Amino acid sequence: MSFTRRNMLHAAGMAVGGALALSAFGASAAEDTIKVGILHSLSGTMAISETTLKDVMLMLIDEQNKKGGLLGKKLEAVVVDPASNWPLFAEKARELIAKDKVAAVFGCWTSVSRKSVLPVFKELNNILFYPVQYEGEESERNVFYTGAAPNQQAIPAVDYLAKEEKVQRWVLAGTDYVYPRTTNKILEAYLKAKGVKSEDIMINYTPFGHSDWQTIVADIKKFGSAGKKTAVVSTINGDANVPFYKELGNQGIKATDIPVVAFSVGEEELAGIDTRPLVGHLAAWNYFMSIDTPENKEFIQKWQAFTKNPKRVTNDPMEAHYIGFNMWVKAVQKAGTIDQDKVIDAIVGVKQANLTGGVAEMLPNHHITKPVFIGEIRADGQFDVVWKTDGLVPGDAWSKYLEGSKDLIGDWKDRKCGNWNVKTGKCGGA
Amino acid sequence: MRIVFSRVCLCLALLFALTPALAADIDLKPALSGFLSASFSSTEKSIEALARSGAAQAPAIIEALQDERLYYSGASGTVIVKARSGALRDAATDAPVAQAPADMKPVRLNNRLRRAVDAAVGALTLMSSNPARRREAADAVFKSRDSATLPTLDAAIGKETDAAVLTVLEQARASIYLAKSDATDAQKIEAIGVLRARGDQDSLALLSAAASGPDGIVRTAAQSAASSIETRLALWNNVQNVWYGLSLGSVLLLAAIGLAITFGVMGVINMAHGEMVMLGAYTTFVVQEYARTKWPEMFDYSLFIAIPLAFLFTGLVGVAIERSIIRFLYGRPLETLLATFGLSLVLQQAVRTVFGANNREVGAPGFMSGSFHLAGLEITSGRMWIIAFALSVFAALQLLLRFTSFGLRMRAVTQNRRMAASMGIDTNRIDALAFGLGSGIAGMAGVALSQIDNVSPNLGQSYIIDSFMVVVFGGVGNLWGTLLGAATLGVANKFLEPFAGAVLGKIVLLVFIILFIQKRPRGLFALKGRAVEA
Repeated sequence: MSFTRRNMLHAAGMAVGGALALSAFGASAAEDTIKVGILHSLSGTMAISETTLKDVMLMLIDEQNKKGGLLGKKLEAVVVDPASNWPLFAEKARELIAKDKVAAVFGCWTSVSRKSVLPVFKELNNILFYPVQYEGEESERNVFYTGAAPNQQAIPAVDYLAKEEKVQRWVLAGTDYVYPRTTNKILEAYLKAKGVKSEDIMINYTPFGHSDWQTIVADIKKFGSAGKKTAVVSTINGDANVPFYKELGNQGIKATDIPVVAFSVGEEELAGIDTRPLVGHLAAWNYFMSIDTPENKEFIQKWQAFTKNPKRVTNDPMEAHYIGFNMWVKAVQKAGTIDQDKVIDAIVGVKQANLTGGVAEMLPNHHITKPVFIGEIRADGQFDVVWKTDGLVPGDAWSKYLEGSKDLIGDWKDRKCGNWNVKTGKCGGA
Repeated sequence: MRIVFSRVCLCLALLFALTPALAADIDLKPALSGFLSASFSSTEKSIEALARSGAAQAPAIIEALQDERLYYSGASGTVIVKARSGALRDAATDAPVAQAPADMKPVRLNNRLRRAVDAAVGALTLMSSNPARRREAADAVFKSRDSATLPTLDAAIGKETDAAVLTVLEQARASIYLAKSDATDAQKIEAIGVLRARGDQDSLALLSAAASGPDGIVRTAAQSAASSIETRLALWNNVQNVWYGLSLGSVLLLAAIGLAITFGVMGVINMAHGEMVMLGAYTTFVVQEYARTKWPEMFDYSLFIAIPLAFLFTGLVGVAIERSIIRFLYGRPLETLLATFGLSLVLQQAVRTVFGANNREVGAPGFMSGSFHLAGLEITSGRMWIIAFALSVFAALQLLLRFTSFGLRMRAVTQNRRMAASMGIDTNRIDALAFGLGSGIAGMAGVALSQIDNVSPNLGQSYIIDSFMVVVFGGVGNLWGTLLGAATLGVANKFLEPFAGAVLGKIVLLVFIILFIQKRPRGLFALKGRAVEA
């Protein structure tokens, strides 16, 4: 196994070396551009999700250039491929910052890749915009989290099920890594605080890419036939979802019996499944392609024109990049410079209209305000919004429901601290 | 709230179901008006009003809603029923609609409404002339447990002639009595008896709810019935686990059997084997796309067309790989491993470039979807066909090796390459063909795996380790070993999973194989021969 991985690293390293030589060559030609780094995997396991985000960034940069660029200069995208290899993410980030001198980086998908680049961004003092929903429990000076924190996705989804579907028994199913484990820890604490007994919570973890769901789905079915309404809260990641939903369909579990609410299944993921047996299963996001607003319509149109594919779908992390990129542009304009320290100070409080009719604001804890939508899967692979929060929900960096983090807040505006303890009044966690 | 609503709805639905002739020309416009706004609560009111109306076409409208064939046009204020044939009719007047309005949109449902509609349709079709529909209706009533349905249910039971439907109807009645607060103890005890005879998860759910009720004979009876069902289900659960294990084993067998030839018979460590599986899955996708656009009526048979095509395509790719790369590396396992690993990356990225990084949708033909019950077992059709397919591939391969001259030559080369060569066998040609055969079988495995897994460029990666595990465990160079190895690992995995969880289960299994290989380095069935090379 280690043998294999080492080889992969070598192969990827070589491929990337070639790409680098090219980009360095191009760079010398135009000195008066502002460079923007794009750090998304274009090969390997995560390419399935991240390639789209690279494309959306290229589109956003292209559009900004058509509007005249930024501070009178053209923007230039620097694309690297970390090849779904976590240590390589850190290497590539270092290259982008130290060698290409990018003004900011948009990238990462998995939490482990974010954790791997974190020290680089701190050391070289640059900016990372992270567009994916994640487990929270983090607030860093150099990172802006434009995806949802658990209180902007998981908690409202559970509230919806408890209220609208009268769910009393919960299956927390996830892939075995940091995001599902932390999210489920928060959810378990939250459910118990609401009076759900431990015997009414079933927690199940599966490896990445798990493809044989027969026993687990049968277990869920068994768990769900104890006479109480049951729902599955799924933090199952990427590839493993298709066989999971197929098995649900095959074993005849309908959304009206045991609904599944997923946090990692969006329009892109559904594009590869026959969705007819899944009608009625749910997903919680801060954006759906089916939301009918003029901004969203325009965005979809531009995206399909840019990719030259009238069937291309949009999804939540794409909107997060849209918001993050525009916030960065506004902050740079406000600061009048691309100097990272000044941009980091200028961006807090910046507002940017999102695609669903609201306005996102960058908060002092470097998270943003978001609406939360619950959508039911339709037969055509889109989502039908069945519920949404009244207003926008501010992202909590630290969960209120976990012992170690409930007294912490992130505040980079006044206190200049990511883990300020409101009880002790000190920076530095518990 | 939901229950109250659905009760009202059902009660009224029944009323008009029994007296359809009385109400032929009722103005449905006001009742239908709720469908015109996109809100769920007004849709709910409309269903209720529709049921209260007693109009003759109301059941058809509710059924259309259930099948998502009900549309509305806000501009013209009409609700439109789309018949299964595609013809449009105005729901209020039942007049044909010549042209679909430009703003025609489907009436939206959420899970709550869907359950209510299911229950309403169930109650409405209890008297249907079609036994299959009556059975569905009885199942729907069993689920909704709505006491308002009791009079119709009793009437339906009195008239029922089909024994199977009658059983379900009685079970539906039992489920209502057990949940009903004002039913007599005698009725409840009888209901418990009926549910005990049904003896599945659903009855267990009902009985365990009753078993935690107030003290009395009902509670005792429910407890004893629940525990008897539990014991029975626990027994069946083990059988079910064996079935799941065999099903996983058949997938492993399919993935590994091609490898058993290239690795087992030829001694080539082919890291690109998984990518052959992936190419087979993509062949299925291409065939299905073609069928979808050019030949929709062939869609159900697309897999049968895909199987030989996948075999040919991946087989040819295999021969090409053998001729262009592997034949220069015989006897150098490390270099072969590196070269084929590189090749697997190249193939993955090539597919990613051609088809995109996203999953591709491969549909399941009708006969492979759904599941059925066999005694206490639940068998999913797709899995059953995959087991059958894996076994027939295995049998075909055995026959090929045993009874054809190619098989004879291949076995000869396996046992003693130099001797075979000196007997006039063209070993180069046999190598190329054997590699093509192994790859072709991997391609056929890809057709089967496209039914249960993602069709993405990463498909092969998840199977390569498992395949090697099966081949090494079963005994290198022995197909029977591969069969037994796949079945053993599959069943062991499925028995470990419920106790240890999927992650730990896999680790335990790996540790077991490591220990096993220590004890028996040549696997379950060691190949006996005087000059097995390498």
